[in-house]
Amino acid sequence: MAVGVKPRVKVPKTAAAGDVITIKTLISHKMESGQRKDSDGNKIPQSIINTFTCDFNGQNVMSVELHGAISTNPYFQFKATVPESGDFNFTWYDDDGSVYTETKSIAVG
Amino acid sequence: MNFTRRDALILGAGAATVALLPVQAFASPVDDAIAAFTGGAATTEGGIELTAPEIAENGNTVPVSVSAPGAVSIILISTGNPVPDVCTFNFGALSGSQFGSTRIRLAGTQDVIAVAKMADGSFVQTSSVVKVTIGGCGG
Repeated sequence: MAVGVKPRVKVPKTAAAGDVITIKTLISHKMESGQRKDSDGNKIPQSIINTFTCDFNGQNVMSVELHGAISTNPYFQFKATVPESGDFNFTWYDDDGSVYTETKSIAVG
Repeated sequence: MNFTRRDALILGAGAATVALLPVQAFASPVDDAIAAFTGGAATTEGGIELTAPEIAENGNTVPVSVSAPGAVSIILISTGNPVPDVCTFNFGALSGSQFGSTRIRLAGTQDVIAVAKMADGSFVQTSSVVKVTIGGCGG
């Protein structure tokens, strides 16, 4: 498991029903691209987060497939429609099998 | 061995033929990556917007954002990286607008291509040149 992986997500606390909100996510991860070489000239194997998904109350908002060309500490900004109060679930899937999750609630009213 | 002008010409022609062969035999990795996404369908211009800096001082984190109203998924492809695929955005039912922003690595000055798959099954494409001062692939 990669060390020091910490997800950070910014979601507004409240919204009106049907509003489109902007979500920003960042997860600290070194995203080893598989192209770098160590001091002995051997390639360092690729170790990245390969998939990111965002769901709201079980419905998919969006998902992203990541490759080696995504920067260290992958950052995503996107928009979501909020039909009702509920929870946003964010999930990151690591190459090494680890899964990182984060939940943010939003109130409509 | 004496190298006459004629020998040199023949050698040169032979080398050029060998060098050209692989290009004719295989499409470039970038074309392959686009074809893998579109399934070989033709792409048109327009209806997709890719925002990338003209000059990126650091190729390790180049902020890009892409927007294509009515798209179901958008793929980002780099033309100058060792691996052309960058990322694919798939938009779900609750996606507010077909917009995604992220930070990518670029090995050097190159085109970044965005291809969007529309809800009706058509594909649109756009590209943007990014000049990179320091490459982002490590040594």
